[in-house]
Amino acid sequence: MAQYLVLIYGDEKALADSGPELWQQLHKGHVEFGQAHEKALAGGNALESTATATSIRRNDDGSQTVTDGPFAETKEALGGYYLIEAKDLDEAIAIAKDIPTPFGGVEVRPVQVIDMSN
Amino acid sequence: MTTLHASAEVAAAVADAHRREWAFVLAATVRVARDLDLAEECAQDAFAQALTSWAADGVPHRPGAWLTTVARRRALDALRHETVVRRTLPLLVSDDVEPAVDEVVAERDGAIPDDRLRLVCTCCHPALSREAQVALTLRLVCGLTTAEVARAFLVSEATMAARITRAKKKIASARIPYRVPSADELPTRIGAVLEVVHLLFTTGHTAPAGEELVRRDLVERSIDLGRMLWVLLPNDPDVAGLLALVLLTDSRRATRVDAVGRLVVLEEQDRTRWDSGEIAEGVALVGAALRRRPAGRFALQAAIAAVHAQAPSWRDTDWREIVALYDGLLHVWRSPVVALNRAVAVGFADGPAAGLAAVDALADEPQLAGYGYAAAARADFLRRLGRLDEARVAYDEALLLTENAAERAFLEQRLIELR
Repeated sequence: MAQYLVLIYGDEKALADSGPELWQQLHKGHVEFGQAHEKALAGGNALESTATATSIRRNDDGSQTVTDGPFAETKEALGGYYLIEAKDLDEAIAIAKDIPTPFGGVEVRPVQVIDMSN
Repeated sequence: MTTLHASAEVAAAVADAHRREWAFVLAATVRVARDLDLAEECAQDAFAQALTSWAADGVPHRPGAWLTTVARRRALDALRHETVVRRTLPLLVSDDVEPAVDEVVAERDGAIPDDRLRLVCTCCHPALSREAQVALTLRLVCGLTTAEVARAFLVSEATMAARITRAKKKIASARIPYRVPSADELPTRIGAVLEVVHLLFTTGHTAPAGEELVRRDLVERSIDLGRMLWVLLPNDPDVAGLLALVLLTDSRRATRVDAVGRLVVLEEQDRTRWDSGEIAEGVALVGAALRRRPAGRFALQAAIAAVHAQAPSWRDTDWREIVALYDGLLHVWRSPVVALNRAVAVGFADGPAAGLAAVDALADEPQLAGYGYAAAARADFLRRLGRLDEARVAYDEALLLTENAAERAFLEQRLIELR
């Protein structure tokens, strides 16, 4: 078994502009996803909008600058994540396809296994 | 008693086995090694060992089985001694437990499972970029060296080596499984494999740049791959369609350029020199490919090629049938390039004025704006209509958009004829 972080990206503005009906539907979709893949889920959360994000960058001289906003400005922003367990990428993709993503999609990233034994 | 066999004969037998059996040997070895690099090394060692062993003992009855047994034993040995060496990449994931040592030894005389489909599906996994899929297929399935793969795509060896290493790392780290996809997934996955093979063929058939029109090595590799897939999936109409398409297109190879390397258009090709063996094989496969309805993209393209291949001359070509097949093709594959080809066929079914109108109807297609063949098709219809000034302008435009030297020479010749 391996772990994959599934990052959920979407158009924040489209989401903000949509009505309570869609919100309910989306909520229901995630509840259903959670039930369907209960065994594979190791964690997950929705994130507040990128308007609440703060980025900290390291400068060339080693100092750090704190700025308002997400690390990268993109139309489709990171909105949430799931941590899933799957035996391989095909299984991870099959699970990730069930995540409701009305305004975007997901990115599947294998979690690196760091061997601490030596 | 051992006979010493002529070294040239043995070298030829090893080269032949490399061409025919490489994919089989590597695919079976990957399942034991569960590591692409280790498996490649072991397979290469097996071919090297064949040179000396076969010289001493003769070429074995089943070279593929011999090579596979040697390669898999090496992989098992390497894994047994590996405990001290820290591996940099995780082992490949596969459905089944790796075969035990006894099993590998027992398989020496019996049936070694054919894992080539696993290998191909792994190389063409949708999580890999198309560039990586193509590079891995040539390297792992066809057994080309990195230098040869680099040459095929006109990039430096360092660039290609980096691309292959990155792709292998993704397979291991993201755990792309070494497995034949499930039945419901298989058609899409085979679709990706067929696109890779087709891309190899078209790249070879009309090299995008450079002095030669045809890259024979790539064409032959793609035909080999098509045949291999047809052996592995004998009931798949899309595979039949692709193999038919490459065979029928390739059947015209001897006549596509003249003695000095100039392009000869289909209309002016000497049909008696078309490869009748490839045509017969291709036409038979078209029958198998069209069995499923609706027919797939490659099946319809192959059917069009079959109409050309069987026509006694350009004039006696069944253009209405070709237009009808293009209509079907547009149905399953809405591509501006297909629409352009259909427009050209209309010109031969209903005359150059109809053809020009059909080409001009596509003028708004953004994808055709920078496409040399669109300008060349317009130029040809204008020429046939006697509108020579406009034809010259269109040929000039086509020349600006064409990079292949043989194709450029053809367009320049047409321009000279119009002066």
